[in-house]
Amino acid sequence: MYKIVDKKRLSNNVVQMTIEVPLIAKAIKPGQFIIIMVYEKGERIPLTVVTSDKERGLITIVFQEVGKTTKLLGKKEIGEELFAVMGPNGNPFPVRYYGNVVLVAGGVGVAEVVPIAKALKEAGNHITTIIGARTKELLFFTDVLGSISDKLYVTTDDGSYGIKGLVTLPLKELLDTSRIDMVLAVGPTIMMKAVSDLTRGYKVKTYVSLNPIMIDGTGMCGGCRVTVDGKTRFVCVDGPEFDGHLVDFDELMMRQRTYIEQERLALKLLEEKDA
Amino acid sequence: MPKRARVPMREQDPEERIKNFDEVALGYSEEEALLEADRCLQCPKPKCVEGCPVEIDIPAFISLIKERKYKEAYRKIKEKDSLPAITGRVCPQENQCEKTCVLARVGEPIAIGRLERFVADYCKENAQEVKKEPFNGKRVAVVGSGPAGLTVSADLAKLGYSVTLFEALHLPGGVLTYGIPDFRLPKDIIKREIEYVKALGVEFVPNVVVGKTILLDELLKDYKAVFIGSGAGAPVFLNVPGENLLGIYSANEFLSRINLMRAHLFPEYDTPLKVGKKVLVVGGGNVAMDSARVSRRLGAEVTILYRRSREELPARLEEIKRAEEEGVNFIFLATPLAFSGSNGWVDAVECQEMELGEPDESGRRAPIPKKGATFTLKVDTVIIAIGNRPNPIISKTTQGLEVGRYGEILVDPATGKTSKVGVFAGGDIVSGSATVIEAMGAGRRSAIAIHRYLTTGVW
Repeated sequence: MYKIVDKKRLSNNVVQMTIEVPLIAKAIKPGQFIIIMVYEKGERIPLTVVTSDKERGLITIVFQEVGKTTKLLGKKEIGEELFAVMGPNGNPFPVRYYGNVVLVAGGVGVAEVVPIAKALKEAGNHITTIIGARTKELLFFTDVLGSISDKLYVTTDDGSYGIKGLVTLPLKELLDTSRIDMVLAVGPTIMMKAVSDLTRGYKVKTYVSLNPIMIDGTGMCGGCRVTVDGKTRFVCVDGPEFDGHLVDFDELMMRQRTYIEQERLALKLLEEKDA
Repeated sequence: MPKRARVPMREQDPEERIKNFDEVALGYSEEEALLEADRCLQCPKPKCVEGCPVEIDIPAFISLIKERKYKEAYRKIKEKDSLPAITGRVCPQENQCEKTCVLARVGEPIAIGRLERFVADYCKENAQEVKKEPFNGKRVAVVGSGPAGLTVSADLAKLGYSVTLFEALHLPGGVLTYGIPDFRLPKDIIKREIEYVKALGVEFVPNVVVGKTILLDELLKDYKAVFIGSGAGAPVFLNVPGENLLGIYSANEFLSRINLMRAHLFPEYDTPLKVGKKVLVVGGGNVAMDSARVSRRLGAEVTILYRRSREELPARLEEIKRAEEEGVNFIFLATPLAFSGSNGWVDAVECQEMELGEPDESGRRAPIPKKGATFTLKVDTVIIAIGNRPNPIISKTTQGLEVGRYGEILVDPATGKTSKVGVFAGGDIVSGSATVIEAMGAGRRSAIAIHRYLTTGVW
């Protein structure tokens, strides 16, 4: 079960992995996510599926090694198995014809946006994509998204590649100079917040794909709750995509940091064990 | 007739037990069981059986204990109850079989639950005989591996059906696994009962969310009948300001982190949980007691806040008593109005005092806010244990499945038949949060109805 059939490193801490999970490969739609457990004593963490191959029963995930769980996942090799893979969870992205669409992606959001980008392209939308990274070495999938998009912008904070600055720089220019019908932002919460704050002034419909802490992923625990338009919603069953203009990002960022001390400890113990 | 009191069951000392997650109740020894069994009057028209949701032949199994035929006693229970080691521990016997026991009229009822538990534990190694009919060529799918799903699966497997049991989580057991703490129901007991169900040939498939991974309508193509026992897995929150502050958990999240993910063993297990020094549990049911008692074991000072009075507490008396012994405080007739915090973490709760008015639709006196009477409690962790609604995933993704006002699946109570041909349902997805044994009773009735449906072909 859940055998790893392919693995490659996209940057020094971003890994792409293909896993055998026929039922999920068959069922998953763009925008939905899975939950994995690396081993029996591990955490359950949500991850997004980049591509799926129904015929061969394979799904491909991309993740960044940031904490203990993703580091343990990164150590898994081809031929090994994961303890649990469950999904698809959440709702599919509302794919339809919007017109001029801008996709803004950062971090592993660059991978997460791929299936939605493909589907939106197939639905006839004109796709402009903005990828942001801190520096050139952290960039990946510029080719993948470049081939799906009608226009691609890349920004780096330090100017080592593409435009120097944040993703909001080319986004603002696009908003000022052209008609944009929909924006989708996928990536770090702070980036999705900045994008939503910017587009609000232009009254452009903006979707964001939220990534809170989760356990079960079926609406059972409520750990992933988030305030949207003043109401509590569960990201796992009501999302993961929401209207960015209505999301309480500050609360979300706060909740994402609930276990920061424990996460640091777990990582430190893992690094000590490895050393 | 001598009215000897029931034989008490040994328990871990409260001072000791709040330092561990081991089982609190230690069970009867053989001598104790024989002594207690001897109190049974063996009524010709036993009232206790009427009080049992699965109609165990209680006088018969107690009589077998008297004869020291423990294996036979175990088999007698198993005729009706697939999970005796579990029901012997978590059934609210005081509201069921023991309530109707004739001895209760003149003194203490026979300790049926304790005797059931004794027999199940005594026979744990050698009485798990697997007897089943040969395969009848028919396949049935069961959704959810909690008490209802396990019962349907075991019953149908014994009748010769090929049963596939789908579970959304990575471990089987449903609420038995994620909801009930080890000190009330040890994990090895659940494991043992599930091993028995597997030994009957039931195929257990974890990590499959029916309604997401596979649609119910897809299952109906491969299986002659489907039973839905997906539980009441949607937590109810208070919907008051500040409820999303850090340190505020639903009881489901809090208990899942401990029971399912083993967060009390962090960092050996990777899932963390942060519990402060002052825990407030909101609610008065068994789940509230469990949350409070887990918090005590994590070293916190714990207060239960309940909006009605002590008399209306829905938890089992035994659990309330144990919570009190373990030093849990109670505040009655109050409910949270708002939470406030600093740096994102909850640090206080403003409460509204209540008084009791006329009985409401639940038959209990309704709590009414007392004008102007509020108070503030300093807390650093809050656990909301005010109930659950049926999980909506299946009903939302299935055509033609009728649900009620809270999303509960509507069924014929005698059979568990839903509005959709070939689909049965039972347990908390139908009733809302109820007891383990009631879910098992519903499972049993559905198993009989599924067998009838697949034998006669008549819906």
